[in-house]
Amino acid sequence: MARIIVVTSGKGGVGKTTTSASISTGLAKRGHKTVVIDFDVGLRNLDLIMNCERRVVYDFVNVIQGEATLNQALIRDKRVESLYILPASQTREKEALTKEGVEKVINELSDTFDYIVCDSPAGIEHGALMALYYADEAIVVTNPEVSSVRDSDRILGILQSKSRRAEMGQDPVREHLLLTRYNPDRVEKGEMLSVADVEEILAIPLLGVIPESQVVLNSSNQGMPVILEEQSDAGQAYDDAVGRLLGEEREHRFMTAQKKGFFSRMFKGG
Amino acid sequence: MTDTASTGLAHSFQLKSANVSLTALELYYFDQDDFENALREKINQAPGFFRDIPLIISLEKYEGIDSELDFFKIIGTCRRHQIHVIGVRGGNDDQRRLARGAALALLPGSGQREKPAEPEAEQSQEESPQTPEAATSDGPAPAKIISQPVRSGQQIHAPEGDIVVLGPVQAGAEILAAGNIHVYGPLRGRALAGIHGNEAARIFCQSLEAELVSVAGHYKISEDLQDNGWKSAVQIQLRDDLLVVTPLNKA
Repeated sequence: MARIIVVTSGKGGVGKTTTSASISTGLAKRGHKTVVIDFDVGLRNLDLIMNCERRVVYDFVNVIQGEATLNQALIRDKRVESLYILPASQTREKEALTKEGVEKVINELSDTFDYIVCDSPAGIEHGALMALYYADEAIVVTNPEVSSVRDSDRILGILQSKSRRAEMGQDPVREHLLLTRYNPDRVEKGEMLSVADVEEILAIPLLGVIPESQVVLNSSNQGMPVILEEQSDAGQAYDDAVGRLLGEEREHRFMTAQKKGFFSRMFKGG
Repeated sequence: MTDTASTGLAHSFQLKSANVSLTALELYYFDQDDFENALREKINQAPGFFRDIPLIISLEKYEGIDSELDFFKIIGTCRRHQIHVIGVRGGNDDQRRLARGAALALLPGSGQREKPAEPEAEQSQEESPQTPEAATSDGPAPAKIISQPVRSGQQIHAPEGDIVVLGPVQAGAEILAAGNIHVYGPLRGRALAGIHGNEAARIFCQSLEAELVSVAGHYKISEDLQDNGWKSAVQIQLRDDLLVVTPLNKA
């Protein structure tokens, strides 16, 4: 049985797709057969970040509606073996994602994959609910600012009440906090919430802290999951997060401000 | 700082929850003459009692046909006898539509709380955390015990007893109890105790960071709470119509 992980946030633009791309790439790099599904029907982005937009023939909705088989729609990643992408449809309505249809696809993927990563659209509407419904675990992507934290709290409440696990009375969805766009210097100046603040408010375990970095933007534009930028702090932070997701003990990095952060960046040479 | 509305602004009114007892007229069928005769007979038994009372029409036992249900005639007849019809209780959708057309308030019937007439109530039920809502078995009003955080957008409602929350109540969450509210984490959302008018109800929390607290309809918003006990363990109670915040260690 595959582990089904939803990457969600409530708020838009916090880094869900970037995170989905990097986490799934990280899992696949360690030899786990992984598929990442774009649930953002109508606003598909994942294929751009994974640099496979020119190879999309069939999509998730085609499979749900029986117009294509899974094998026709799955795109094999060119960089990492055992990584597959199931792209979203750009032309359909979100309502095309039916509970039964999504279940059928996820069940079929479960037979052959170790990990299914579901990249959720923003909001708390139908698409987001479908992305989280079948999840065993949730990575809640949050930026260190008040409105993002509030929306994450909202999505955590929905995970507790509207997921399949909640409806069936099974063990609750395992929640992980991933703090992105973290800038220790701005935290120091009081312009951003600190890791401790966000942890204290949301009260869920911390999976990782991804530092704010130009590398994230550059790699997105180049269609490269940032985790493959192994020299960058953001890439390393994602790699740590994948390790923790697999149960490894890794010390949290890139959280300290001022001198320490400044020096370590000097030594790494950017 | 104990003033219930100490924002410094003069408000033209204040909303409070009220609990009044009403007379319900249980209607079996409607015929203008029968209705007026029966009404006159009742009033003659106790003329003073019925003068200027508010009345609700209960439709739960109504057996006549909907088209005979002329609320304008009912209201008019009652008005002639100094009785004020203010609303209807129960009834099917068509009957309630007629009542609304006559500018009457719509009250839920006794078995009607969960019906689509109140979609919001149903919604909030769905979003409550799936907690084993452990209930202490003895006593008339069991406490509702919530062991998970109450997240933004969730609402916990205890129409009878107390609520005990073991984790935080987040900003944007709401807890409502007929009795007391205990929060063994930070209270960041809204907490309304004594919602049916119990003025002895209290709110207890480990850290007061609330958007709003209310006891029996007397409320204070976050702005008015900053100067007293903010971010510390407090209890909130009603004394002489004023909400009083006191530190728990000095209680």
